[in-house]
Order: sequence, then structure tokens, then C-alpha cells
Amino acid sequence: MLADARALYPQLQTAPSYPAGDLAFLEKLAVWAQRWGPWSALDPPDGVLVDVTAVAHLFGGERRLFADVERAFAKRHLAVRASIAPTAGAAWALAHYGPRGSILNSSSDRDVMMRQLADLPAAALRLDIDVLTVLRRLGLKRLGDLADITTGAINRTEAAARDALHRRFRGRKSPSANPLIRLDQLLGRVPEPLLPVVPQHMPLVQRRLMEPLRHRSLLDQVLEDLAQDMARELEAQGQGARRLELGMWRVDGEVIVRRLELAAATRDPAHITRLFAEKLDGIEAGFGIETVRLRANWAEPFAASQGDVEEAAERHGTSLSACIDRLSVRLGAHAVRRPVAYASHVPERAQSWQAPLAPISAPDTLTSRRARPLKLLDRPEKIAVLYASPDGYPQRFRWRARVHEVARVEGPERIAPEWWRERSSVRLRDYYRIEDGKGARYWIYRSGLAGDGRGGIPDWFLHGIDV
Amino acid sequence: MTKPASLSRPNMPPLPRLSVKDIAALSKQRETRWRPGLADQPLHNEIFASSRDASGVGLALALARDALAITDGHEDVLAEAEDRRQLLWVQDKRAVEMNGRPYLHALPDEWRDRVICVEARRPEDALFALEEGLKCRDLACVIGEIVGNPRALDFTASRRLSLAAEKHGVALWLVRLEAEADLSSARMRWRARPGVSSAPRWNMNGPGEAVWQAELFRARSHAPGKWDLGFEDGGQGGEHQGEGRLRVRTLPKQPKRPLEQSTNVPLSLPKHPTTSRSPYSGNLVRATFGRSLAAVARR
Repeated sequence: MLADARALYPQLQTAPSYPAGDLAFLEKLAVWAQRWGPWSALDPPDGVLVDVTAVAHLFGGERRLFADVERAFAKRHLAVRASIAPTAGAAWALAHYGPRGSILNSSSDRDVMMRQLADLPAAALRLDIDVLTVLRRLGLKRLGDLADITTGAINRTEAAARDALHRRFRGRKSPSANPLIRLDQLLGRVPEPLLPVVPQHMPLVQRRLMEPLRHRSLLDQVLEDLAQDMARELEAQGQGARRLELGMWRVDGEVIVRRLELAAATRDPAHITRLFAEKLDGIEAGFGIETVRLRANWAEPFAASQGDVEEAAERHGTSLSACIDRLSVRLGAHAVRRPVAYASHVPERAQSWQAPLAPISAPDTLTSRRARPLKLLDRPEKIAVLYASPDGYPQRFRWRARVHEVARVEGPERIAPEWWRERSSVRLRDYYRIEDGKGARYWIYRSGLAGDGRGGIPDWFLHGIDV
Repeated sequence: MTKPASLSRPNMPPLPRLSVKDIAALSKQRETRWRPGLADQPLHNEIFASSRDASGVGLALALARDALAITDGHEDVLAEAEDRRQLLWVQDKRAVEMNGRPYLHALPDEWRDRVICVEARRPEDALFALEEGLKCRDLACVIGEIVGNPRALDFTASRRLSLAAEKHGVALWLVRLEAEADLSSARMRWRARPGVSSAPRWNMNGPGEAVWQAELFRARSHAPGKWDLGFEDGGQGGEHQGEGRLRVRTLPKQPKRPLEQSTNVPLSLPKHPTTSRSPYSGNLVRATFGRSLAAVARR
């Protein structure tokens, strides 16, 4: 498709679609749009509804309000089509299909309102595509046509048409599938509930300092104070922080940011201070730091817990999440992981890794009861094997510059590659469990068969070390 | 998750279910010889092994499972029915390169979803992780693997580990791959080598149950000795499912002073297979704590 379009018009500019990001932007926009009204609602994918009932006079009238809207959007390089109407449906219809900047007078009654909207196309009713097709086939192209049938002058044919239309859409309860409900909503005959957006303020605490900080010990003190403020803030909201961001503003305008992610929600100031202390090493203070700000980017509900009952236990060691936080702050988040089963029969893919405290999602369904080695090497190591025949048992092998005699063998266990995700030239593996003369046990495999047409003589690899 | 029952138990006399003579023989023997299933497990153990095989890790795992099973045996009112505490498995980078990573599908069933792996870049980081793990009250035990004799792992560091383990009651099995047995404060120090496995049940050509030649060369309360140890899984069906026990495969080398009552020595194999839950009668060694004698008698 895209290639065809580019062949026709090479200067075509493309941008990848990013629906989640668009929605997030729309949410922010809706919150921002509350500057013109007490509450606003999302209208995905590209609209925002703002309630401006009894607000316009604050801006000096509806025209002035419009001008303000246009100016604010133009400043942010956004194109906007706005309209004001007594109902959300009417405003939507005018903004999408009406003349630019149209205002429907709220004092007018429904007939007048319908007359003003009569010229809009049926699509202005916010209907599904298939309903629009039905209406077009019925010849109802404008709102006026629909309104005439449903409410218009009664003679016999029109009454029959109205009954037919009612019957046609009788079963449709969803507003977007039923033009009659939509029409009533447009005129304000039935209520249309909207879900307002509620901005969530992330807990934020900051300290502006009279004298710029140049020394670490002072910074630690400030950090401790901030952590305590943050704990109070989080406790008030009944939340615990999962991710924290510490921003330090230097005198010369430079900003230093340190981030911290926690394994479980917490608001323990001592724990937070300790974890940040590891991250504060090597900060360039320059001429000094004048503002320090701590923000919880990600917070989770965290019920208040009683501190005193388990005080003995508190003194006695740390909790698991605190232990994991400390480990992952010092060693890196990828160094502390939990092995979980993955649905695959290829040995190295059958184990995947996840964060230690994340819930174990997939149950262990593909577990085979076959013997597996306790230790698996990250990368199978090539070994030189002496065998009686190419597809027979190995008799002796050399691994890491030492020769092992094979005393006992079990196998082969043939494991084929996953053909649906690997190249066709990947060879199958024949695994053998080996015990050498001294009792050391290994898991070795031969990669491929002689004459399978995927390479020459098969190589041998040592993949696992068993107890 | 918290289990107040810690591995460390004060030395207490065994409960009198045996004749006086037996107890005398036992206590004498206990002072000298180690055997699997003792209740007073030390909390800091070192196992020296080669990096070319997994005998060290295997022995550490077997000892740890045995120790945890013994502490589970103590019925504690506060303890949960099933032990759901996590295990921390710390490796330094060279250990990962030389000896591989733990593989989930070979871990014992009860440990499958309880292992947290830590990979440390340097031995210093590994020691830090071990110590943090020992300080954590929600861990069942810590298993470590460190290659060689890094400068950071000196006597002071091992003393720190011992103290942390004993303060918080979390047990540590530290596997030292390719290392010299230098100065250390570990309470028990083992040397592990693979042993020729027992004859398998079905496939006579294949490898059987793993056996380790374990040499205890330094311990606080036991005389040094050598054993061929194997871990016996409880099996899938049967009455004691999943209850594995460490077992001595063969008799140890006879000590210089012969043991009294060698027929009663718990190391020998059971005579009556019908009554054999384990080769040694259980109450012989599993001292009961936190329970009155009357409660024991009623059972």
C-alpha cells in the first residue's frame, strides 16, 4: 500500500500511528482545557468536550471565549475547530460539520435549534458506519430529513414511515447505533451522561534553599527532609511510591535528575533516603544546588499499616521488597531476576526472566518430567567428541582442555527447532545425558544429523552441567 | 511469609523416647560424627568444588533442602502450613560463565517459583548481595557461588557473613568454585566431588541418582569425615510426597574408634522396608522444640 502510494508520489511523508500516545495526549489536553470550564470530558479519538455553562461572561462573551481558545491552541501549534451549543451532541455536530466557530444560542427552543441544525449531514449524529449506510440507503441524508420523519407533520405516509423507522431501530439500545436516540440527545430530550476527566496530581515536594548546596552531607540532610515530606504527602493520599524522581537545580541552570524504581510500593523515608544515597555519588554540584525536588511519578495504593506490633520483626532484618530494592539499586535492575517457565520446548527458551516481585503469570503448563541439568550454560560450548558411529553414542569428549571418558549415556532426546520462528537451516539437536568415569554429569547435544542437508558433519556442544 | 522458626536451634538434649543406653551412645556419637538430618544446622556453610561439574551446587542444594525440611518438621504455631519464603541465589559473573545459570526445570518442585537469582559483576557485589540476603527476614536461605579466592572475600568478609547469618537466622550455603580453602569463619566447610552414581532403576546404561563425595574438613561441633551423599526425592506418589531427605549412600570410612552398637547406627540402611520413612528413625535426631513432653507423649 505504502509502496504504491510512494511510487505515485515520492514526497509523501509518513509518520507511524501511535494510538496510546495520542490518547495520553488527549487526556492531558482535556485537563488543560479545564481552563475554560469547570469540567471536561474526552471524546476520543480527537475531541474534547468542555462544559462552559454560565462561564462565557468571565471571558467577556462567547465570541471572546472563542478567540481565547483559538489563540491558546495556535500558540501550541494545534489546529482546532470549536463550537458552543446547548447540548454536547449539538456542539459535536457543529464542530465537525458546521461552519467554523458557530455558536448555537442556548435560549432558543428545540424547534428553532432543529431548524439551525437541519442542514448538517446525518454523520453529525455520531453514528456507526453501518447505521450511516442504512440511513443513506433510506435516503435520509440530512438531520432535517430525519427530524421531519420522527416529529414532522402527520399524514398517513409519514406516519407509516415513522413507524417503519421506529421498528427498524427498535432493538438498538446503544446510542451510536440508533439515530433516534442520537437525535433526542442532540436536542436535549434525553440526558447524555459524560465522564469527566479528573486530574491526578503526583505527589511532589521541594525545597528552595537560601544558600546553594555544595557539599554532600548537606544534600543528604535535604534529601532526608524531602523523603519525610514525601512520606507525609503519600500517606495523606493513601499511596506508596513505586518510582521516584529527584531533580536538583543548580545555580547555573543545569538540572540533575536521578530516578529510582522500587520493587513494591513504599513510603518509608529511611528506605528512600538510603536508596537515593547510593545514587547521589559523583554528582557535580558546580556552583551549588539551589532547589531540590522529589516527585513520585508512579504511585500505587498502599494502605496504612500499623507500625508497632511488629516492631520486633522490624528490628530483625529487612523485608523482601526492601532487600530487592537495595540489591537492584546497587547491582542494576537486570541483575536481580526470577526465572519463570516459558511455553517452549527448546531448553534455553523454556526459561525466561522477570522482575522478582512481579506476579508469576503463566502457570507451568509445558513442564516435561524429563531430566534436565541443574545448570545451563548461557552459550553451549563446543566439544570434540569421539564416537563409534556418527549417530551412535559418544565415547569420549574433550571440554575445556580436558578429556572425559563417557561411562554412562542416556539418550538421545531429540529436540527439534521451533520451525515457526527460526530459519529453515537451524538443525535439530540430539541431547544425551552423560556421566563420565568420575561421576561428573553433563548434558551434551549433537547439532544436526549427518546428511540432513543443513551443513556438514554435525558438531557437538555441551549445554548443561548436572548435579 | 515471615516464619519465626529459624534454622538456628540451641543445643538441647534429645527427647527421651529411647532407652538410656541408646541416648548415651547417641550423644557420644553426635559429638563426634556428622550425619544427615541433624537438627542443629549451622547457618554459614562453605562448599569447595570444581567448576567443571555441579557437585558443589548439588551438595549445597541437597544440604539446604534437608535443612529446610528439618526446620519445617518443627511444628510451630505461628508458621504457615507451607513454606512460601523465597530463596536468593547469588552468583558472580565468573561463576555464571564457568558453571552456568540455575535452570528452572531442574530445580526441586517446591522451589520452582521461589528462587530469585542475582548476578553480580564483581565478587564485592556478590558479597554485598549475600549479606543483604542474610539480613532479609523473608528469605528461607541464601545460596552463593563465588569463583576463586577474590581479595574481597577474606576472613573479615566471611566473619561478616557468619554474624549476619546468625543474627537474622537465615542460612547461607556458599559454593566456592576453584578456590583454595583459606581462612574463613564458616561453621562447616565441605569439599565436594562427584561420585559414581547409583545404578538406575530402569535404564542400566544411563546415569542414576546423583551421588557426591562430600568431605567435611572443618566443623565446629563435628569431627571431620567423608561420606558419599545422595538426595532421595520423596517420589511423586506415596505417603510422603515431595519429602526428600539427604542420605548416606555407603557407610563412611570407619573411624579409628569403632562406634558402639554399630547395628543401631543410624547410617545403616533400614531393616524393615515397610516402616522406613527414612533410614534412621526420625525422632532420634529431630529434636522437638516448642512442644511439651506431654504433647509428644500424646502423639
